[in-house]
Amino acid sequence: MDTFVQQLINGLNVGAIYALIALGYTMVYGILRLINFAHGDVYMVGAFAGFYIALYAGLAVGGPSMISLMVVLLGAMIIAAIVGMIIERFAYRPVRKYSRMTTLIMAIGVSLLIENIFVAQIGATPRAFPDFLGSQSQMPYRLFGNAAISKAQIVIFLVSIALMLLLQWVVFKTKVGTAMRAVSFNLNSAKLMGINTDAIISLTFAIGSALAAAGGVLTAQYNPNIDPLMGILTGLKAFVAAVLGGIGNIPGAVLGGLLIGAAETFVVGYGQNIGIASTYRDAVAFAILILVLLLRPSGLLGSTVQEKV
Amino acid sequence: MKRTILALLLITTLFASFACERRGPSGTNATDSGGEILVGYYGDLTGRTASFGQSTRNGVEMAVDEINKAGGVMGRKVRVIVEDDQGEPNKAATVVSKLVNQDKVHAVLGEVASSNSLAAAPKAQEAKVPMISPSSTNPKVTEVGDYIFRVCFIDPFQGDVMAKFAAKNLKATKAAILYDFNSDYSRGLREFFTRSFKALGGQIVEEKSYTQGDRDFSGQLTAIRSANPDVIYVPGYYGEVGVIANQTKQLGIKAPLLGGDGWDSPQLWQLGGAALNGDYISNHYSVDDPSPAIQKFVAEYKERFKLLPDALAALGYDSMKVLADAITRANGTDSAKLRDAIAATKNFTGVTGSITIDKDRNAVKPAVVLKLVWDETSKGGKFSYDATIYPEGMTPPATTSGATPATGAASPATAGPPPPPSPAKAGASPGSGTNR
Repeated sequence: MDTFVQQLINGLNVGAIYALIALGYTMVYGILRLINFAHGDVYMVGAFAGFYIALYAGLAVGGPSMISLMVVLLGAMIIAAIVGMIIERFAYRPVRKYSRMTTLIMAIGVSLLIENIFVAQIGATPRAFPDFLGSQSQMPYRLFGNAAISKAQIVIFLVSIALMLLLQWVVFKTKVGTAMRAVSFNLNSAKLMGINTDAIISLTFAIGSALAAAGGVLTAQYNPNIDPLMGILTGLKAFVAAVLGGIGNIPGAVLGGLLIGAAETFVVGYGQNIGIASTYRDAVAFAILILVLLLRPSGLLGSTVQEKV
Repeated sequence: MKRTILALLLITTLFASFACERRGPSGTNATDSGGEILVGYYGDLTGRTASFGQSTRNGVEMAVDEINKAGGVMGRKVRVIVEDDQGEPNKAATVVSKLVNQDKVHAVLGEVASSNSLAAAPKAQEAKVPMISPSSTNPKVTEVGDYIFRVCFIDPFQGDVMAKFAAKNLKATKAAILYDFNSDYSRGLREFFTRSFKALGGQIVEEKSYTQGDRDFSGQLTAIRSANPDVIYVPGYYGEVGVIANQTKQLGIKAPLLGGDGWDSPQLWQLGGAALNGDYISNHYSVDDPSPAIQKFVAEYKERFKLLPDALAALGYDSMKVLADAITRANGTDSAKLRDAIAATKNFTGVTGSITIDKDRNAVKPAVVLKLVWDETSKGGKFSYDATIYPEGMTPPATTSGATPATGAASPATAGPPPPPSPAKAGASPGSGTNR
């Protein structure tokens, strides 16, 4: 029992990060019908932004400190938001008027470009993210039996829940959120209603990128190993999470992320009992993707939208 | 404009993926002219295991500078051509093709990771250019052909060392294993550790795997925790191991982690920090070893690179010195003669101990077990000497005090400087004739 609870905590912990990244996929898709394949790399950029802020602000040597973590987290989110807006402005906006395929290929190009610029500039060698929570030397909090939760896990849960609630509030309770929903409903009509659609799209990229960066910094408190290619697989899995939850649907992205994280961890923990080796962990997310597309293409919470002709 | 950018991107990608331009085996390309001796070095300088390639290169360069300062090998200067394979097997094969076919090097030194050496070795073998791997420990590497050598011990021995240490010194009876599924090195060590540990009466209570680049190991570690092992064997590379140590701690697991030479990197401490305290690894040498030859090497390396030399640097240094010694004995760089001379290396005194190449082109030498010690006040960690374990049939030098002979595990050093496997005699190469 305690092992099961532990695996669930582990799984939700991974899933919370997927959920943060999946939100960016789903928001951009909702507005532009674009799968932003560079989003996983924005997550990586966020982690590195945090790393360099800590390095140059001298926070890395100060020892465990929650304030340092929050400074690094906010800084990384701001930098990633700017990077997201730059990508949108200079890569996607110019080709938006062409077919959707052009934008998709552009997204793949941008993704490879970011990865390779980072590899060329700083090398693919893993960097060690500073440990702001003292998790290297601190024992976890015991829940019952052997089940325990570490400080890093608690922080990941709390911060991601806070960010998701904040996002929900922005989208449903503010004027900007209303504009975002209007653009997502119909871009041209929204423009006719006097909404500055370019600004709203730009803002959507900024919010999505900031959430991904938060995921990057938070995950680095648990897995301090960051490298320029860390966004590829994580980004793809978050994309699957968005599809699973119903792409374009914000609560769906969160649900999808948590489910993928839990599924992966359970395959590692219990797969052996039913003949699936722990090495199949990465295959699981994609098996789920295929199943979703076959059985329920609109995802768990997505609604089937009638295409108007 | 945008299309041009896209087209350029595509073209660049194409070029990048255009592997090697293959040339046929050019037979004897190592001409025995009197000019420079060309040595090719390939390693991971920018990839995921970059610390390995950089340390080894430092060691090789230090050896070359020493040799050249002393007048070269038989009056000929040595020049090293360095190639980066980014830690990828297919790139390793490409750069070694280039070294042997285009640069026409007389010998090749490299790689550290066994998977990369395995991919590249056939290129050297085809061209009949001797290749010495400083530190690939998987047995298959030298099985590629008769031109492939190494100056380190092999994994059956390394796995055996850790199993003995766990069973005898740590009195462990239950071990769990967490290994890298895609690495020849890791899979080999897992197999040999399991075999020896079971032979010693131990039990493998849980076994889980991961793949290089994984970031979350909590699923595997939770399963391992519920099996309640005495020790956890993690024969991986430092990048993942640092994170594994971290997450082991966060799950409240108290069993020590055991590892191999793949942990040896300054980066390990940055990733794992205090979580690594109390773990053990098997390795090729210890920087604590008081023997003058080792201390001279450590001091010079520190002076030049501002870092303590890890085992990979020491092995890189030794591989170049063994090569130079063989060239002297072969009286030139004729590839067949050079091959025979390397194969005949016997009792060569290197930094990492006395090197004898056996009939399978592997070096026979002892291993050390190092304990990972974290110092909270200085926020730094070090590998401190714990024990020396000798291969079967090799007797430790009589001068050592802490080691039991032959196959037995040494008693753990209690305190102070270690009783090293100090080489019988220091100094130049007493390489012997042509028995092979």
